[in-house]
Amino acid sequence: MKYLLLQYGHETEMMSLPKEEAGQLHGAYMAYTEAMKKAGAYVSNSGLRPTSDATTVRTPAGKAIVLDGPFAETKEQLGGYYLVEVADLDGALVWAKRHPFATYGAIEVRPVWG
Amino acid sequence: MVARHSYGRLIAYLAARTGDIAGAEDALSEAFAAALVTWPENGIPRVPEAWLLSVARRKLIDVARRRRTATEAAATVALLAEDRSAAPDDEGEIPDERARLMFACAHPAIDACVRAPLILQAVLGFDAIRIASAFLVAPATMGQRLVRAKRRIREAGIPFRVPKPDELGGRLHAVLEAIYAVYTEGWSDPAGTHARNRGLAEEGIWLGRVVALLLPQEPEALGLLALMLHTEARRDARRDAQGEFVPLDAQDPARWNSTLIDEAEALLLSASRMGAPGRYQLEAAVQSAHAARRFAGRSDWAAIVELYNALLAITASVVVAINRAVALATHVNAAEGLAALDAMQDDAQLAGYQPYWAARAALLARSGNVQAAADAYSRAIDLESDPVVRRFLQSELSRTRGCANRKEFRHE
Repeated sequence: MKYLLLQYGHETEMMSLPKEEAGQLHGAYMAYTEAMKKAGAYVSNSGLRPTSDATTVRTPAGKAIVLDGPFAETKEQLGGYYLVEVADLDGALVWAKRHPFATYGAIEVRPVWG
Repeated sequence: MVARHSYGRLIAYLAARTGDIAGAEDALSEAFAAALVTWPENGIPRVPEAWLLSVARRKLIDVARRRRTATEAAATVALLAEDRSAAPDDEGEIPDERARLMFACAHPAIDACVRAPLILQAVLGFDAIRIASAFLVAPATMGQRLVRAKRRIREAGIPFRVPKPDELGGRLHAVLEAIYAVYTEGWSDPAGTHARNRGLAEEGIWLGRVVALLLPQEPEALGLLALMLHTEARRDARRDAQGEFVPLDAQDPARWNSTLIDEAEALLLSASRMGAPGRYQLEAAVQSAHAARRFAGRSDWAAIVELYNALLAITASVVVAINRAVALATHVNAAEGLAALDAMQDDAQLAGYQPYWAARAALLARSGNVQAAADAYSRAIDLESDPVVRRFLQSELSRTRGCANRKEFRHE
């Protein structure tokens, strides 16, 4: 089954991490991605630019409304994702627990349709 | 007819292959419906379980073919079909995979409050109404929770497997809780007079054995089995020749089943050597201290009070607090026991709880407070629905009233 691992946390705090810590975190992400590829669980991943760069579109009644900013102001924001392919939820949870961001915020595990 | 444990085995077997408990339940109930039509005409098949399994499996394959996505359907059909080679034939027993089913229901991704109820439904086929009453939840609420949990197991891809020891976490707790609930449901009806409860106690013990075999390094799994065996050992002694209720302290130890007691003692000893006491081991130890009456002629009341102190610290349970008070009354005196009951009077649950009033009545009677004892017995009788226990309480009430006239001769 495919699962999306979504990372949620305080993006402003993350952006103001001390340089050294940010560097370590970056290294941890690289190692994590590598381990995932080796295990054959990796499908894709991306980090997201902050919600201040977001644009939100709705088209009620077919008419597009384009607004700057995220769809909702939340305390913690979506900051990136990994798409993994594993046997079952336990397989996905193993990767969620190893996620470098799990010590900073939360990893939401969502099964993907199909 | 097909025994109850067949139901859980069939559900476990089907659900473990499709990941879908509700689908397995639907397919199996259709198979039972087909049996009701076919068996009276053609006779009962030589291996009813195998017949039910093959019908249910065909239903599942039909459903899978109608599924919304082709890939999903193909996966299910392949799972069930490839399984056919290894599947039990007419001769074979269906393998017991109920432990896998129970641990799927106890997965941390399932809401904690629905784990044990879900196990009861999946393994024993209890309906939401019955489970709701056992867990003191409104039936509609329980029904919704069960449906949601089953959907979650299917959609989130929760695996059907027994976790490794380091993954057990809180999962074992829900499994043990459900097994104990099965056992106590059967135990509250020792004569097996209600058809729906028949065999439930044996079923609970069987499931307890399965888990203890799978997880021999888990002291609480052994503790629960020991507790059930100790309790089961006294089943016959709980009724006299007339079918009347006999409380523990009036039971004849010669009527206890010593084989079961010995097995329970051995389990408890292995568990205690692992050095991680828990609720079920402590409760089993209480029963063990009662069983000491076989040889010592008297329960080890000092130990029982100590064990209840430890249990109360872990569980903060009303039931434990009442039992502790009764033990104190025997070990020290009735006044101590009553003081312990008085100390818990704030709890609103107690007003409608039969064992509280029965315990209070007995302790009041022992301290010679006849009128208060009679009042408490009356409240207990009003709250009890089992006619056998009601008759017992009524006879205790008459005995207490009778004693009033001879009060000056009592020296307790």
